[in-house]
Amino acid sequence: MAQAQEFEKVLSGSDTNVAAFDEHKSAVRRIQHFLHSTPAAVPLIVLVLSIIIFGITIGGRFFSSYTLTLILQQIAIVGILGAAQTLVILTAGIDLSIGVIMVISAVIMGNCAVSYGLPSVIAVALGLAAGAACGLLNGVLVAYMKLPPFIVTLGTWNIVMATNFIYSANETIRDTDVDTQAPLLHLFALSFKVGTAVLTAGVIAMVALVLLLWYVLNHTAWGRHVYAVGDDQEAAKLSGIQTKKVLMTVYTLAGLIAAFAAWVSIGRNGSISPSAAVTDYNLQAITATVIGGISLFGGRGSILGTLFGAMIVGVVSMGLNMLGADPQWKVLLTGVLIIGAVAVDQWIRKVSA
Amino acid sequence: MTQEPILTARGLVKRYGRVTALDNADFDLYPGEILAVIGDNGAGKSSLIKAISGAVVPDEGEIRLEGKTVSFKSPMEAREAGIETVYQNLALSPALSIADNMFLGREIRKPGFLGQWLRMLDRPAMEKRARDKLTELGLMTIQNIGQAVETLSGGQRQGVAVARAAAFGSRVVIMDEPTAALGVKESRRVLELILDVKKRGLPIVLISHNMPHVFEVADRIHIHRLGRRLAVIDPKQYTMSDAVAFMTGAKAPPEAALAA
Repeated sequence: MAQAQEFEKVLSGSDTNVAAFDEHKSAVRRIQHFLHSTPAAVPLIVLVLSIIIFGITIGGRFFSSYTLTLILQQIAIVGILGAAQTLVILTAGIDLSIGVIMVISAVIMGNCAVSYGLPSVIAVALGLAAGAACGLLNGVLVAYMKLPPFIVTLGTWNIVMATNFIYSANETIRDTDVDTQAPLLHLFALSFKVGTAVLTAGVIAMVALVLLLWYVLNHTAWGRHVYAVGDDQEAAKLSGIQTKKVLMTVYTLAGLIAAFAAWVSIGRNGSISPSAAVTDYNLQAITATVIGGISLFGGRGSILGTLFGAMIVGVVSMGLNMLGADPQWKVLLTGVLIIGAVAVDQWIRKVSA
Repeated sequence: MTQEPILTARGLVKRYGRVTALDNADFDLYPGEILAVIGDNGAGKSSLIKAISGAVVPDEGEIRLEGKTVSFKSPMEAREAGIETVYQNLALSPALSIADNMFLGREIRKPGFLGQWLRMLDRPAMEKRARDKLTELGLMTIQNIGQAVETLSGGQRQGVAVARAAAFGSRVVIMDEPTAALGVKESRRVLELILDVKKRGLPIVLISHNMPHVFEVADRIHIHRLGRRLAVIDPKQYTMSDAVAFMTGAKAPPEAALAA
């Protein structure tokens, strides 16, 4: 063994207790640690609390399986878009364009099936491909041109939106036309009754997608790389991760999922409108993600949290509706939840050994 | 020395705009040795190390590993060739677990259907190997291999980074300022780790500003000055003040030590 330096000789007599912190952890510290290792816990707790609170104030009506499943139906699209947004935010990016990607994909699916008379399967495939292509454009600009994601997707938001209006001439495709010519586009409107609970294929698709992504993010190398890139891109690169490829696949996948949300939205809305409320969807997806505890600084959070986040928004708006409150209360409460979620995120981040 | 060097570089040039960071730099590393690289700030040590570890591609010059010419375009390629680097910032992902960090970029997948088709990671295998490696290097004061790296102390993080390099480095381990951010006791631990790694027969390139540490563990000292190798000295024949004088240009090195 190496000869110790002169000044280090005294080390042999040093205290051998390693890191002798006072190990009585306060309850608060223990909660902080638990939340740090279980990022989806906060939104889950908030979700359960809000269900209980509305349940008490509204009464049995709110607890009916009909109401609760109706909430799920209402959040299916936002939940799927939120899943796409989660992937991007985990890499410390943001995708402002997923809302319009969804709309243009829906228009393409509708036009191909109804106006051009292509087989519905091909129409759906073309719609999905268009969404993925938009995502790929974002990915190339972010990963290879190294432009900030906020700017890139703000730009593609405008580009895609304008393309959508020029291409569609702002014509709505009617529900009945879709139904007669391309019933496949209404696949996700299929509903099943279990007692009074009503589940649509769209709800099932949302839950299945989130579970699938949860598996991919936590149990595959690619998923771990997504977290590593968002956590510290330089470190990830030096550890041998192909950060550009990871970023590109993330944005492309987000585009593809947005196009999938388009398919689900056709099922829910019936008709296909090029002027659907894009901004609403965009902000709701980001809201669900943030309330779900996905850190905007990247690398932290669980996609299950996004699902809970979307449910929180759904429960709050349904609850306030049933109470007959002014709809603005919902907006106000959403704002409070967003700020609260980010504050909790900051607090959890401060955890250390 | 009669042995053939394991890693050599000849005439490396790297320019950043008008700045020449490497000006015909040479480098030799022999099997089983600890070679310290010292130099003033801006002498080009980092650029030299980055060129060898694949983090930058030199504009000119040749690098040979075990006699074969190599040209790394990414750290991944250098790693695949058996050159592992412990970077000054450690290159760890704070939110990921110790095991995940050690296997970042070279994860083990489950055998059979789960791994091949579902791409499932083999967590138990990765955690076991990570634990074995840390224990081997005497680092197992860490309670939980699944805990996030950000919950570790500075010395423990350094330990994880060194363990990662030692676990996968098959030919060369490069360490950039491994003790710079550490306390006295933790520095001692890392120096012991370096000697442990050397005992396994792996040659080590140690970049450091800490002269006592350099003179304690190094077999030879490569002095870098103004973008090139000025001299290689034997720490037993020169004092620390000699080394500092050479590296800052206060004194010219003796002819014998001058690099060929």
